[in-house]
Amino acid sequence: MIAHKEEIELMHKYLDGDLREEEEEELRKHLEFCEECQNHFHELKRTITLIQSSESVRAPSDFTNHVMSRLPKEKNGMKYKRWFKRHPIVTAAAIFFIFMLSGMFTQWNQDGELVVSKQENLIVQGDTVIVPEGVVVDDNLVVKNGNLIVKGTIDGDVTIINGKLIEEEAVSGESLMASVGEINGEINSVDRMFEWLWYQAKTLFEKVFSLE
Amino acid sequence: MEQIIREKIKQVKKGDQAAYSEIVDFYQHRIFQHCYRMLGNIHEAEDIAQEAFIRAYVNMDSFDESKKFSTWLYRIATNLTIDRIRKRKPDYFLDAEIKGSEGLNMYSQLSSSEPLPSEEVESIELQRYIHKEISELPPKYRSIMILRYLEEFSLQEISGILDIPLGTVKTRIHRGREALRKRLRHV
Repeated sequence: MIAHKEEIELMHKYLDGDLREEEEEELRKHLEFCEECQNHFHELKRTITLIQSSESVRAPSDFTNHVMSRLPKEKNGMKYKRWFKRHPIVTAAAIFFIFMLSGMFTQWNQDGELVVSKQENLIVQGDTVIVPEGVVVDDNLVVKNGNLIVKGTIDGDVTIINGKLIEEEAVSGESLMASVGEINGEINSVDRMFEWLWYQAKTLFEKVFSLE
Repeated sequence: MEQIIREKIKQVKKGDQAAYSEIVDFYQHRIFQHCYRMLGNIHEAEDIAQEAFIRAYVNMDSFDESKKFSTWLYRIATNLTIDRIRKRKPDYFLDAEIKGSEGLNMYSQLSSSEPLPSEEVESIELQRYIHKEISELPPKYRSIMILRYLEEFSLQEISGILDIPLGTVKTRIHRGREALRKRLRHV
């Protein structure tokens, strides 16, 4: 065997796909008359076939779970990130809701000052808006951060935000004041955050779906 | 698949642990099988294969994404198995006979789960014998023979996995083939 060291070297090169053409020719010629090397070559090729017929095994079914349970703890933020990734619609809705809420909240907190919709002939006394006797308001009236006393007539809806409609007689300074007038429309009184939101949503809804 | 794995690796690098489970799923059988072939023992194979995946996860930051992940993973697994073989107590080898039969029992348990054609049943005995002969090669030859002929990597890839020059791979594969030829010639 040692005598044919070179040829054996060629056989290995052949098995590794490294044999040049002239070397292949050389090996072939040698194998034609050398039975010993023929045998050796055959055994090598057979060895490879045998190795390749070796058994195969598969990992146990819970292998992945075992690995995952042994991994070091991941950073906390990742869990939320992944959750958001998996529920894009919920995430979008949540973000929208947050913006909407914060928008309304700023609007709510914008100013504590008395705001009243532009109508003529209204009297403002401190935080109270008065519709004087004999005055006819022919539009919707909105009062924010103040009370309303109606002595005249309103031909429209009345909305009072963060305040109230004073209906009964009340002592305010020198004069007696009460709402004794007429309101020919709906009266909305909003004086809490939740109601304010509800009112906003309702208004939005009406605006969106109004056929006007 | 290569592309999906690449994507998953990026996610793992960003800190998404759950993305790693798909990587484990994809490579588990190959890595487990490689460890089993190197170690010749199911329990050790499972232990080392798990360890390999954990090491890969922990060191993911040092993985160069321009290279193949499987090559890197095989390198980790191969190094761990060689470490394990070195650490084995000497008396472990005295029990080789018992260890061998244990392996056989494990194997017969495994194979009983799926029905085999009769031809294959006949060759199981032979397969065991071959496996035993491979596992008695010195580790540096064993790993190369397993990678080349059982896992069908190219010589170039093996050079990458084991981080040794191509010439050394060739020398070892020649010797490995000769060693096995002598052991298996009478089969």
